[in-house]
Amino acid sequence: MTEMNLVQAVNRTLHEAMREDPDVLVLGEDVGVNGGVFRATDGLFQEFGADRVIDTPLSETGIIGAAIGMALYGLKPVAEIQFLDFIYPAFDQIVSELAKFRYRSGGQYPAHVVIRTPYGGGIKGGLYHSQSTEAYFCHTAGLQVVVPSTPADARGLLRTAIHGEDPVLFLEPKRIYRSMTGEVPEGDVRVPFGQARLVREGADVSVFAYGAMIPPATEAAETLESEGISAEVIDLRSLVPLDEAAVIASVEKTGRAVIVHEAARFCGFGAELAAVLAEKAFYSLRAPVARVTGYDTPFPYALENAYLPNAGRIAHTVRATVRAA
Amino acid sequence: MAKVAVPTSSNLYRGAPSARRSGEMADSSTLSISPEVRSGEPFPERELLDAYKTMVLARATDERCLSLQRQGRIGFYAPLMGQEAAQVGASRAVTAQDWVFPAYRELAVALARGVPLRSVFDQLLGNAEDQIKGRQMPNHFGFRDINFVVASSPIGTQITQAVGAAMAAQRRKDAIVTITFFGDGATSSNDFHAGLNFAGVFRAPTIFFCQNNQWAISLPRERQTRSATLAEKAAAYGVPGVVVDGNDLDAVYGAVRSARDRAISGGGPTMIEAEVYRFGPHSTSDDPKRYRSDDEVAAARERDPIARLRSRLVAAGGWSDESDRALWDAVRQQVLHTFEAAEKVPPIPARTMFDDVFAHLTPRLEEERATYDSLLREGVEKP
Repeated sequence: MTEMNLVQAVNRTLHEAMREDPDVLVLGEDVGVNGGVFRATDGLFQEFGADRVIDTPLSETGIIGAAIGMALYGLKPVAEIQFLDFIYPAFDQIVSELAKFRYRSGGQYPAHVVIRTPYGGGIKGGLYHSQSTEAYFCHTAGLQVVVPSTPADARGLLRTAIHGEDPVLFLEPKRIYRSMTGEVPEGDVRVPFGQARLVREGADVSVFAYGAMIPPATEAAETLESEGISAEVIDLRSLVPLDEAAVIASVEKTGRAVIVHEAARFCGFGAELAAVLAEKAFYSLRAPVARVTGYDTPFPYALENAYLPNAGRIAHTVRATVRAA
Repeated sequence: MAKVAVPTSSNLYRGAPSARRSGEMADSSTLSISPEVRSGEPFPERELLDAYKTMVLARATDERCLSLQRQGRIGFYAPLMGQEAAQVGASRAVTAQDWVFPAYRELAVALARGVPLRSVFDQLLGNAEDQIKGRQMPNHFGFRDINFVVASSPIGTQITQAVGAAMAAQRRKDAIVTITFFGDGATSSNDFHAGLNFAGVFRAPTIFFCQNNQWAISLPRERQTRSATLAEKAAAYGVPGVVVDGNDLDAVYGAVRSARDRAISGGGPTMIEAEVYRFGPHSTSDDPKRYRSDDEVAAARERDPIARLRSRLVAAGGWSDESDRALWDAVRQQVLHTFEAAEKVPPIPARTMFDDVFAHLTPRLEEERATYDSLLREGVEKP
């Protein structure tokens, strides 16, 4: 066990994976000499050289297209997109190509590319360094979408991604890259996809969140404890595949659900979660499913604190849900 | 920029209007034909007849498929008529170990690499023996055993992938190249420019093989770009470009061989623009009479690559009008019989729809498959 923050855990995992497997390589903008704009790839260039830590031209479609070609050939590319907000030039490569290669080739050509990208608000990044648009990717069959919220999960999920068989969008909550540290295990400890994490046990209401929304969700639960409301907090970790069993089991126990994400509300991931609960846990629900999300506006620079869900807003909605029935 | 003369080799194409324009522009130091690219060796004489047979097979397949689509026996088809020499010439200039990243009009490439016609028809029909399990429209086939990557419909996306695979081969120190096929329309796509740029920067052993068939559905070549040639776009990325007559098997073969030799020896990528003409519609969903004249097509058909090679074979001796007629009869029979055999194969079972989304079924996919199975049992869905 070593104590480190989330971005250090990503960095360490990349070092380990590249040592373990010569087919693993890293490519992206500023990932080499500079070590990445968030330093997630710091030191890789010095240890593994320019052949395996590739500073690319400024073209996301080039990065992902090239990574797909490498993966088809048998390498295990880990591509970095500098910010999720800049991924769209590669959207065609991701949704039309990467997600569909195994399927459209009848299994002949799997394309195992891992795309790491920092996402989310809270760093004063404005419209184009703050968005949380995971739903676009969750909607596309063939992509796995995972989001760690702790240093240990960052390592465990990234190991699963790199040593897996299918494409992964690995979303890094940049707001909590350095805001806390945690114990990170040694050895080949992997966090399987499709398994949610119980952050905090509770009896009255289930709060589902992921990524940078775990700290405010947990803070809200602690506040509510003193008011006599016992909130369970579940970190989904993996959006695709989704641990529906854990979601349903929790609501069967508590009878209430509050979904938290910083992405906009309309057609956000919470809509799918709410639908799952309506379809599969309807008779366990004692109150309407509630959502605490970003608003249906573009991400506002100067007003990001008003836009992003916080512990107060989450606690407010949880209270209302518990009091509803 | 160094002033470079337009090559005078007979192997290089000098007949196309755009090449003439670029020749004029050469005087003002704008190059479309790069000094690094040599004209290369001619197509091997002893393989000419074999190449001809592949071209005839592709043409006969095209003709049959256009008719089958009209009869409603296949849903769609994208013919390559007019591009046979470009595809066969380029295919014969690379090796079986080299990787092909095709677009969806590369039937003759697949045939030249040895794909059985039956496999093509299985894919056209999406039947139970289709190697891609009925997942895609006709013409979007892929065959891992011959390093022919599965095609998609978005334009140009295979180009950056070809560069990535070449970078991977470089990393593994495999002495292979990747060759990517695309059309004139694709030169306007993001991935064409990103791909050339990456290939230039990383000296990737990739051959960018552009079949300029003059039409991107309804858009003529002149409206695709103001550039005098397509190949000269490569120059901006530090990549040599060359324009060849795509109806000339020697010119195509020589250019690709030369590009391959340079790539293998660490010289990096090359772009080759093969000037051809799309005799047929973009696809069976297209009516080219809306945007081009019959006269234009008739004029292009005067330069039919198959007629051109036939004349050459006859002139060289050992081939006659009689042997040619016999070949066409035999090939047409083969095409028809192969299609009829593929038609007898049952359809692909519907529950395979859930396979290959991922390596393993997710719980959600398992549930959806179970739902489908129960709909079948209840008779709501028909097998």
